Amino acid sequence: MAIVEEERPEPAVLGAPTASEPWTSVVHEWLTTVDHKKIGIMYVVMAILFLVIGGCEAELMRLQLLVPRNTLVRADFFNQLFTLHGTTMVFFMGMPILIGMGNYLVPLMIGARDKAFPRLNALGFWSNLFGGLLVYFSFVTGGAPAIGWFGYAPLTESTFARSAATDFWALGLIVSGIGTVAAAVNFIATIAGMRAPGMSLRKIPFFTWTMLWTAVQILVALPPLTAALVMILFDRNLGTHFFDPQNGGSAILYQHIFWFFGHPEVYILILPVFGMISEIIPVFSRKVLFGYEAMAAATAAIAFISLGVWAHHMFTVGMTRFQTMFFVISSLLVSIPTGLKFFNWLATMYGGRIRMQSPMLFACGFLAMFLIGGLTGIMLAAAPMDFQLNNGYFVIGHFHWVLIGGTVFGVFAGIHYWYPKVTGRKLSERLARWQFWLLLVGFILAFGPMHISGMLGMPRRIFSYEPDRGWAIWNQLSTLGAVIQVPSFLIFVINLIWSYGHGTPAGPDPWDAWTLEWTTPSPPPEYNFEEIPTVHSRRPLWDLKHPDDPDWQYE
Amino acid sequence: MSEFAADSLIAESRRTALVGEAVGQAPSLTPAQWGMISFLASEVAFFSTLIVTYITSVTPGGPEPTPAILSLPLVIGTTACLLFSSLTIHLAERRLRQGQPTRFKLWWGATIALGIAFLAGTAVEWRGLVVEHGLTPSVNLFGSSYYTLVGFHAAHVTIGVVIMVATLFVAASRRLAPLNHAAVGLVAWYWHFVDAVWIVVFSVVYLVCR
Repeated sequence: MAIVEEERPEPAVLGAPTASEPWTSVVHEWLTTVDHKKIGIMYVVMAILFLVIGGCEAELMRLQLLVPRNTLVRADFFNQLFTLHGTTMVFFMGMPILIGMGNYLVPLMIGARDKAFPRLNALGFWSNLFGGLLVYFSFVTGGAPAIGWFGYAPLTESTFARSAATDFWALGLIVSGIGTVAAAVNFIATIAGMRAPGMSLRKIPFFTWTMLWTAVQILVALPPLTAALVMILFDRNLGTHFFDPQNGGSAILYQHIFWFFGHPEVYILILPVFGMISEIIPVFSRKVLFGYEAMAAATAAIAFISLGVWAHHMFTVGMTRFQTMFFVISSLLVSIPTGLKFFNWLATMYGGRIRMQSPMLFACGFLAMFLIGGLTGIMLAAAPMDFQLNNGYFVIGHFHWVLIGGTVFGVFAGIHYWYPKVTGRKLSERLARWQFWLLLVGFILAFGPMHISGMLGMPRRIFSYEPDRGWAIWNQLSTLGAVIQVPSFLIFVINLIWSYGHGTPAGPDPWDAWTLEWTTPSPPPEYNFEEIPTVHSRRPLWDLKHPDDPDWQYE
Repeated sequence: MSEFAADSLIAESRRTALVGEAVGQAPSLTPAQWGMISFLASEVAFFSTLIVTYITSVTPGGPEPTPAILSLPLVIGTTACLLFSSLTIHLAERRLRQGQPTRFKLWWGATIALGIAFLAGTAVEWRGLVVEHGLTPSVNLFGSSYYTLVGFHAAHVTIGVVIMVATLFVAASRRLAPLNHAAVGLVAWYWHFVDAVWIVVFSVVYLVCR
């Protein structure tokens, strides 16, 4: 029964045909699956494909900005590039990769055999994928939309965006939005109603807790975006006047609705990562998570506060003094629960027996980089500072610092941590280290100088600039950093593929971890658990391994 | 560690379960009920956006036609239909739980009829607005906001009617199993929600923003 030796023909990421199974039936199996694990894998693969596409768009933009008055791409194509880059990374890379990992892990972590609604789960994935394809389908109109990823009115009105590309964009986001809401409904139903006996809400693995709050945020934040996109489509196709200022419509209303979605969205992109980090740091420090209850409360607090901070994206639009003050204060409030999390992670590591394996390496990268992104966030939350820096490269530097330094580093930590569970083999540590250091150096070099070019006045979304502005050197450093990141991502993909066939066999529990997913074989069988486990503490696997000293005596 | 070892450890843990702290209470709601609540929460967010848009867009003194053209008598009738249908669907659900399938079908059918009456009333109202007052989605911002908000609500009523008709067909062809009872309960939740949204939409569109 030992799993390590058992070479099961598991058609994971590559879906390799085997002698007994013709490739058509493998494809059929994957296309029609309702298994949360397969759907989770498909989400992650989809996200990585879109990551590559969005990455290529970013590289093209960086090459265009390498020298002043560059003519590599036309102005209009540059606008399409940044629109697609933002849309892709937020909707078709960021959210799917997190939802996919949650999809795979949440049922395993809470001792369930699948999610609450397996077919709805499949619908969610396919809606996301086809939503993404629909956005890219806009190229058949002769070019992608050139409206920026937040599609401010009246730029999206048919007067200014004359081709149907903007309609494809809006439809794609509506379709994928429906899929995302479906996934959120499924997460809540699963986490609230399908936990193993004994696993009260106070005992759920921390990643599951953050996925729960992510789902709550999706429920509140995504539908307003859908409504706004519907209104855009009506404006363009039915002649309504929602965002058409000439006929009494309000372009500013669109900004409010968009950012009411947009700000919770960035927490949707970071809360699951907080959860992953909170799983990884304890395991690799050999200590329990410091301050579980405070961390849990901080997660809920972030989810709530994030609903009341949206207009800090709009300080320069012009608001009353009271509104400005309100959004400054509420934005700064977020830093309290976030800071609390930081100190708890550090306290978890403090005095621990730290094992610097690849997941922990990325987790440490996350801690260092996300901290810097958080600090520039505090700078931008102060309205007077924001008046100076808004819509400039400082903002670009800031949010890439939190989205790459935070989300991407955290996701890499998670992938290196759970890849052995999914495939039965570990990722190569050597390749992981190359990937990490190239990414760290490239990332700092790409986005650090943006803070300076931003302070020197370089606005975002310009396709070229004059040589006498003093921005050239900073842009060249940024482009160099962007190029250094390319081999890092290549190494990552190579590692995923190579280790699938050649990695060290992992066994069910390669990291000596404590949550329920590690009680199952790697990869887990379709039904996850032969017998539904009973849980007595936050570390059920610790209890199993140490029956003489179980955790529930201390909790 | 092998799968077998992990399994035997789990079995072991079950034996020691009595020693450990008491196993938590079973969740009070089923996963399906949690799912429906979550879905309805997302609907609240969706309608809230449309309502906020309506309130900010429709201001007094806008271009003709204005909200003053909306007439109350018809819409009070349709509102009564919808409110009453919440009562009938509640009675239907109760009859089903009491094991009276015929009475269930009766009340369920009454709910469908009331839903259709609401939609018919809306159709008559819209015809009047378009033909007599020339109010279309594109004529001005009031038209845009009005048809979008009321239209999305009517679409939800329509979906509810379709689901209820399908349920009625199932109930007519065979005896409903306990699992179906749970589904009927969820349909009722959805219908109550559509009702509650209408109370807000009615208040905003026909009473406040005129």
